[in-house]
Amino acid sequence: MKTLILTTAALALSAGFALADTVRMGTEGAYPPYNFINDKGEVDGYERELGDELCKRAGLTCEWVTNDWDSIIPNLVSGNYDTIIAGMSITEERDQVIDFTQNYIPPADSAYAALTADADLKGVIAAQTGTIQADYVAESGATLAEFATLDDTLAAVKSGEADAVFADLDALAASVNESGGALVWAGEPVSLGGGVGMGLRESDKELRAKFDAVITEMKADGTINTLITKWFGPEAKTY
Amino acid sequence: MMDACADPSALSGLGWLLCYLSTGKHLLFYASFGTVLLLLAVTAPVALGFGFMGALAARARLWPVRVIGRAYTAMVRGVPDIIFFLFVPIALDQGFEYVRHRVKCPDWTEPVRQGSDFVVCQAAKLPLSTSPQIWHEVYGFALAVLAFAVVFGAFAANVLAGAMQAVPRAQLETAEAYGMTPRQVTRRILIPQMWIFALPGLSNLWMILIKATPLLFLLGVEDVVYWARELGSAKTQAYSYPHPDWRLWYFLALLLFYLGMTKISEAVLGRLTARLARGQATMAGEAMRKAAA
Repeated sequence: MKTLILTTAALALSAGFALADTVRMGTEGAYPPYNFINDKGEVDGYERELGDELCKRAGLTCEWVTNDWDSIIPNLVSGNYDTIIAGMSITEERDQVIDFTQNYIPPADSAYAALTADADLKGVIAAQTGTIQADYVAESGATLAEFATLDDTLAAVKSGEADAVFADLDALAASVNESGGALVWAGEPVSLGGGVGMGLRESDKELRAKFDAVITEMKADGTINTLITKWFGPEAKTY
Repeated sequence: MMDACADPSALSGLGWLLCYLSTGKHLLFYASFGTVLLLLAVTAPVALGFGFMGALAARARLWPVRVIGRAYTAMVRGVPDIIFFLFVPIALDQGFEYVRHRVKCPDWTEPVRQGSDFVVCQAAKLPLSTSPQIWHEVYGFALAVLAFAVVFGAFAANVLAGAMQAVPRAQLETAEAYGMTPRQVTRRILIPQMWIFALPGLSNLWMILIKATPLLFLLGVEDVVYWARELGSAKTQAYSYPHPDWRLWYFLALLLFYLGMTKISEAVLGRLTARLARGQATMAGEAMRKAAA
């Protein structure tokens, strides 16, 4: 019995080896509508649909993997997966460690959400750790309260622990619109970052070129715009 | 899934709840309890093995072996668990991949470390990036077991070394007087008698191990705490079953699970103590002898 299991294991491993083009797509799975785990327990959202289409057009077999946001870059560079497709904005700082494709979501607005529209935006502001919004809050003179997930930042505002939450407008929109007035927008939206791109290891130039080419193609034929409108609503910025 | 659950937005009350509790995501949550139990079942004996080796090594007559045994316990006990859990699996993983890289791709000329990237050839990846997700999970789980075993093994080694010191010298002397070799004394007298002294310390370790299982998520294994957080967090209309923040209820369920585990463990450990005390040269063993006589 034991040898049987071992042989099957060996077969499974060697059989997989024949198709060399599997790309492991790393995402967070906690940032709807960019990416989230749906009720079937699968990765879903704008990036899932986009990623599957990119892989199809580039002729790659893709496998989805979820990873904590905190350690998403370290796990990419140590090779646990091959791409980050997790609503990650292209910034100078990140670009020093990993490489980005061109953006697949145009630079979008970030916004404050709070219990009242006149919330103190120089008070305690909740943001997700390691995001461009967290950096912005730290520099804005407000007190930054960092949380591991977007959901935790929202919970902090609802419990009164933070005065407001600062995050991507598109990610906050559903929570604000469905709160029945409990959560409202505060202050003006701020435009941050260079758009959302796919992150890859710096040593992986070839794969980056492949994805870049397909993104250009999808931008040209308008499929990306259709996807953005589908997931982010008609007001979202398109190409 | 059941046909009745095809359109969740049309459901209400109990029907909604039943469908909600049987989504694919919830099934993964239920399965993760199995993951935790499996981790406990595999880790405990492996850690005990590490501890046993460590304790014997710390008592060895050859000094290099003794130094290794003592260094192991001192080092692991001195470093915070969380650092160990982050360090051991990454170091092991990169170590394995580096060795495989050397063996399988001898003609590879590029350096393995390129800036912050750790690059090995495709054939050396562990598991291969082409292998199904399940193997990646099994591999991650195995690394987790190893990390837990190294950490808890060091504590167990100290407990067992102490227990070996606690066996009455008179017992060992008697065995020597019968002409047993040091090896025989260790195997026939020392080891069978030390368990009763080790048990209080080991039972503490077991309890700590039960509570330490949420650290699994640090290692990328999706455990009960991960799913409770994920399922409990507020859900918007993007999901089929929108609901407000229900984390309190999910964590309450986890609380019951962990309390239940503690209760069962206490009952089992109590019986084990009674069983091991029988016929021992300890106060509990003596009391049992008198009660029976």
